[in-house]
Amino acid sequence: MNEFRQIFLDGLWRNNPGLTQMLGICPLLAVSNTLINGLSLGIATSLVLIATSALVSLTRRWLFFELRLPMFVLIIASLVTVVELLFQAFFYELYLGLGIFVPLIVTNCLILGRAEVFASHRAWLPSAADGLAQGAGFTLVLVVLGGLREIIGRGSLLHGADMLFGRGAAALEITILPGNNGLLMVLLPPGAFLSLALLVALKNHLTGLQTARQTSKALLHADAEAAG
Amino acid sequence: MKFANNAAPHWRGAESVPVLMRQVLYALVPALIGLVWFFGSGIILNILVAAVVALGCEALVLRIRKRPVGLFISDYSALVTAVLLAMSLPPLTPWWVTATGTVFAIVFAKHLYGGLGHNVFNPAMAGYAVLLVSFPEDMAAWPLPRGVAPDQQALSLLTVLQYWATGAMPIDVSVDAFTAATPLNSVKGQLGMMRTMQEIVGGPLFGNIAGRGWEWINTATALGGGWLLYRRIIRWQIPTAMLIGLLVPALVLYIVDPATHPSPAFHLLSGGTMLGVFFIATDPVSAAASNRGRLIYGLGIGIITYVVRNWGAYPDGIAFAVLLMNLAVPLIDRYTRPRIYGHGT
Repeated sequence: MNEFRQIFLDGLWRNNPGLTQMLGICPLLAVSNTLINGLSLGIATSLVLIATSALVSLTRRWLFFELRLPMFVLIIASLVTVVELLFQAFFYELYLGLGIFVPLIVTNCLILGRAEVFASHRAWLPSAADGLAQGAGFTLVLVVLGGLREIIGRGSLLHGADMLFGRGAAALEITILPGNNGLLMVLLPPGAFLSLALLVALKNHLTGLQTARQTSKALLHADAEAAG
Repeated sequence: MKFANNAAPHWRGAESVPVLMRQVLYALVPALIGLVWFFGSGIILNILVAAVVALGCEALVLRIRKRPVGLFISDYSALVTAVLLAMSLPPLTPWWVTATGTVFAIVFAKHLYGGLGHNVFNPAMAGYAVLLVSFPEDMAAWPLPRGVAPDQQALSLLTVLQYWATGAMPIDVSVDAFTAATPLNSVKGQLGMMRTMQEIVGGPLFGNIAGRGWEWINTATALGGGWLLYRRIIRWQIPTAMLIGLLVPALVLYIVDPATHPSPAFHLLSGGTMLGVFFIATDPVSAAASNRGRLIYGLGIGIITYVVRNWGAYPDGIAFAVLLMNLAVPLIDRYTRPRIYGHGT
């Protein structure tokens, strides 16, 4: 079980795809203008990621080493097509809103990266867990970034919740600044880069604090041992 | 007794950062008088907001970064940034717009890049660009200049203060009645409607050469800039090159087709030309380092300003031109590095 704990700790925090590995930045920046947009793309990416990791792990013994990348891309592309059709069938408005970024999940280097680094030489269960953990980490960043940009940029939160949770969820939208006039720049591409950079800085700062605490604890421990 | 054995140079000039920055502030006084005379006292409110916010942010960030707060806060650099930004904004600007721009200028453009001396971008122009992108309506609403009714003389101080505090005029007063597009903006809009320059400059917003008021404000700004040149606080390379970059294309196109291109004199004395030439492009931190590099840097700013004014979506292009050339500075510096004595070219 410790293995799975490590996998989830990696995906959600230590080796977070958005904040540490810096993978899949293009959709991350482009779609994180509202929380709901971020959440939906996060879910779509996670679904593909979990299925891809499991499939790659299951078929790894039959794949030629030299041909593995095209094979990975084939698997990813088929799964993205499935997810895209699911979105088209059940979340049509969202499908229109996310536009090109659902098909573009194929090119998300996070998925190919996890297939290459993790799934291609691990059993299927840890691989699927890694897919889930990395997908959840990616979704987390998308949601936080989308939420922050939505609050600052247009003064609302959970705009468009009805597209994901059905018509009744439209009431979930919270208006913070009336009239949808926030700091427009935050919704535009420069705001996306700035907000992500600030999140990465925050993460690095927190990691630095943690490392410092661990170092001082280890030093204290060593001192105590030397004294004892 | 302890002798401090410092590295050379042992003999230092009298100029220090606070002295230089104070001179820049003095040199801005004529421009400020011109702005207040033609566009009302709202500009003073802008400066007050920007100055308070800038000093507050500076102190806060310095404290967080564990730098000596007193030393850096008294060097006037934050104040210069604040005043330059405030003087670029329309006099009727709600306080939160000014404050947002100042926070961005000081915290993001200056301190996140390492503080004074390390900032890649001109902080005042970075703040201005953010406001231009974020609050396009507020940034385009300049009051009518003195002499064009109804100018700001008709507005009571209370009304101005109310607009400043809430972003709304009293119900019986419409902000649209008191504001108009700037001459640059108006030229761009009316040329788009297929009117000729001769028809446009006959309008009430236009004075003898450029816009009413603007020609005097730019002259006053140039006066302050000339004093900076005389005191050798700025060097001639950047202003000259920027003027060449702006005026030569303007002259060529004016000769080719005077009906659809404003004259070089119009470009020289409208918008933020002089503020840009003498006070913004010459920022020593974000400009190129060598004299040859400064010529290229200034030329680039002038040309880009002309391109934005003539073909771009925004009426004035100085902020974008300065930011773009700031980005080019490392490249310019690399290719204009002076030859080291004893080494090949």
